[in-house]
Amino acid sequence: MIFLAFLAQTLRIAIPYLLASAGGVMSERSGLIGLTLEGYMLGGAFCAALGAYAGGSPWVGVIAAVAGGAALAWLYAVSSIRYKADQVVVGIAINLLAIGLTRFFLRLVFDSSSNSPRVSGFDVRGGGVGFYALVQNPLFWIGILIIPITAWVLYRTPFGLRVRAVGEHPAAAASVGVPVARVRYLAVILSGVFAGLGGAYLALDQHQFTDNMTAGRGFIALAATIFGRWDPVRAGLACLLFAAAETLQIRLQGSNAIPSQFVEMIPYLLTIIALAGVVGRAVAPAALGKTTSD
Amino acid sequence: MSMRLSEAFEESVLPPIVALLLAAVVGDVLIMTFGQSPGAVYRELIEGTWGNAYGFGQVLYKATTLTFTGLAVGLGLRAGLFNIGAESQLAAGGFCAAMVGLLLPPGVPALLCLPLYLLAAALGGGVVGGAAGVLKSRFGAHEVITTIMLNFVVLALLNYFTSTHLHVPDTLHTAPIASGALPRVDAFLPSFHGSAANATILLAVAAAIALGWYLFRTRRGFELRAVGLQPAAAEYAGVNVAGVTWRALAVSGAIAGIGGLNYVLGYKHYYEEGFATGAGFLGIAVAIVGRSHPLGIVLAALLFATLSQGGLAVNALVPKQMVDVLQAVVIIAVSVSVPEVRRLLRIGRGAPSGPAQHVEPNVAPPTAASADV
Repeated sequence: MIFLAFLAQTLRIAIPYLLASAGGVMSERSGLIGLTLEGYMLGGAFCAALGAYAGGSPWVGVIAAVAGGAALAWLYAVSSIRYKADQVVVGIAINLLAIGLTRFFLRLVFDSSSNSPRVSGFDVRGGGVGFYALVQNPLFWIGILIIPITAWVLYRTPFGLRVRAVGEHPAAAASVGVPVARVRYLAVILSGVFAGLGGAYLALDQHQFTDNMTAGRGFIALAATIFGRWDPVRAGLACLLFAAAETLQIRLQGSNAIPSQFVEMIPYLLTIIALAGVVGRAVAPAALGKTTSD
Repeated sequence: MSMRLSEAFEESVLPPIVALLLAAVVGDVLIMTFGQSPGAVYRELIEGTWGNAYGFGQVLYKATTLTFTGLAVGLGLRAGLFNIGAESQLAAGGFCAAMVGLLLPPGVPALLCLPLYLLAAALGGGVVGGAAGVLKSRFGAHEVITTIMLNFVVLALLNYFTSTHLHVPDTLHTAPIASGALPRVDAFLPSFHGSAANATILLAVAAAIALGWYLFRTRRGFELRAVGLQPAAAEYAGVNVAGVTWRALAVSGAIAGIGGLNYVLGYKHYYEEGFATGAGFLGIAVAIVGRSHPLGIVLAALLFATLSQGGLAVNALVPKQMVDVLQAVVIIAVSVSVPEVRRLLRIGRGAPSGPAQHVEPNVAPPTAASADV
């Protein structure tokens, strides 16, 4: 019973990570750094609350979140692909923009600087937070399925082959007729859609948008992407690992066994270790971050 | 390719101007969405920042921290490195300075304490930056990712020390330091009363001058810029690229760390959780808009500080969050218009714009401005 509760809580925490890191894999495999996941998630969360509030249905929120995440991703894509701006700089600016816009519209629409009013979510009456409630949430299933879907798209479809090609060797891809820019646009916008869904899950799960509610989750998803060595399945497993650590920390709270700050560090430390290559070096897609030069 | 000074000047000054114009347009739209008149809001923004001593003092205070983080990021960019960890380096510097402050007995003269504080702050930030540097030069771990990850690790560690061992009960800050606090500006100019501006401003100006001298007047600085422009060529010319890399990140971290004195020694006289929040990312903005040149960085720090403080000044008319949006727009517009302005200027001069096989980095500005002169 305790194990089931632990698993349910881990999955509940993992869903936004799974969605965002699937987006991270998609974007980074095409050559664009996933620093912006945090911004997409935050924008998605706000749009979800706004949509659910205005439309009266969580599905309207989900659609709005997809649109919001895609819009921010489009801006990132245009700046770095069309105008060849530096990805890291624009990526950071997109995150700042997401924080700024959500705060501005929180004031404009809801006249609050902290949170939106309560909106309807997907949960069932008396569902609580266990498995029963989880399996009735369509976003839970989208979050679980996003990993195999992303893996299938990347490894089994012509589009996925093109994504991997433009991320490894854009010049070679272009020479055999792959429209490099178009493939990248699509991959980045998909990453915005996925991460936006992750944000929607957060907002609809908590029935409201709160200021900066993603609180670094996009960076944990980025860490999972890298720790999973840019492979959807391994990234998904990394998300589950990070979520399990977080669950453990919540369960241990008050026991003083391990200070919570040290559990918080786990995803980031593991990622640094993976990058430093102590055990099996993580090697990035060759053209990652280099849209300025092609 | 030799570039005339005026052309280099156009290429580095035009993008920020284009960006400011674009930000003004976006600002107009946001202001009108809120049903206010842009003219009134902008007047209020100037009035509340440069229009009175208190507001100006706050601008100076904020610009001081941003100058340090901007210089830190700018130094990294000159070496072709992206230091996204200025936030945690700033926090670590402030933390270490506060630790020294807690150890020093009361009554030690400021002039004796100051070198110790400087050393502690530089060490705190330098160790964090240097860690990313070693991870890069020794293990090839990309500094963009490691500095982000180190941000979270270091801030969690500082949070652990502060919240479990050092904090004053019911607060998130340490006990105040006993000696060596830097004087505030309002001690000399009473009209600045209440503003946080303090003598750390002088340190910021000194740091900008020192960095300019280091980058453009010393051999080490020349090597650093050579690595930033063409690492392979620099290596071939006998520069120790790995050494330059880790030293650049360590010094970059040290500069950010010294910025922590502005809060810890100059303003509150204790270390507090979260005092560095946002200053790292804005430091990147400052370095980009300032084109990684010390003078540009100081000016850009003043610009971003004015926007931050101006947000508070206009909050009665429009949400202060508007300036967060404007800051982001400025960054995006500058980084988009740098390559674009360069391309258009080349077309304007009749030079072939050509396919971009050979592309200069957009981030580290065309160092031709200084290298060729």
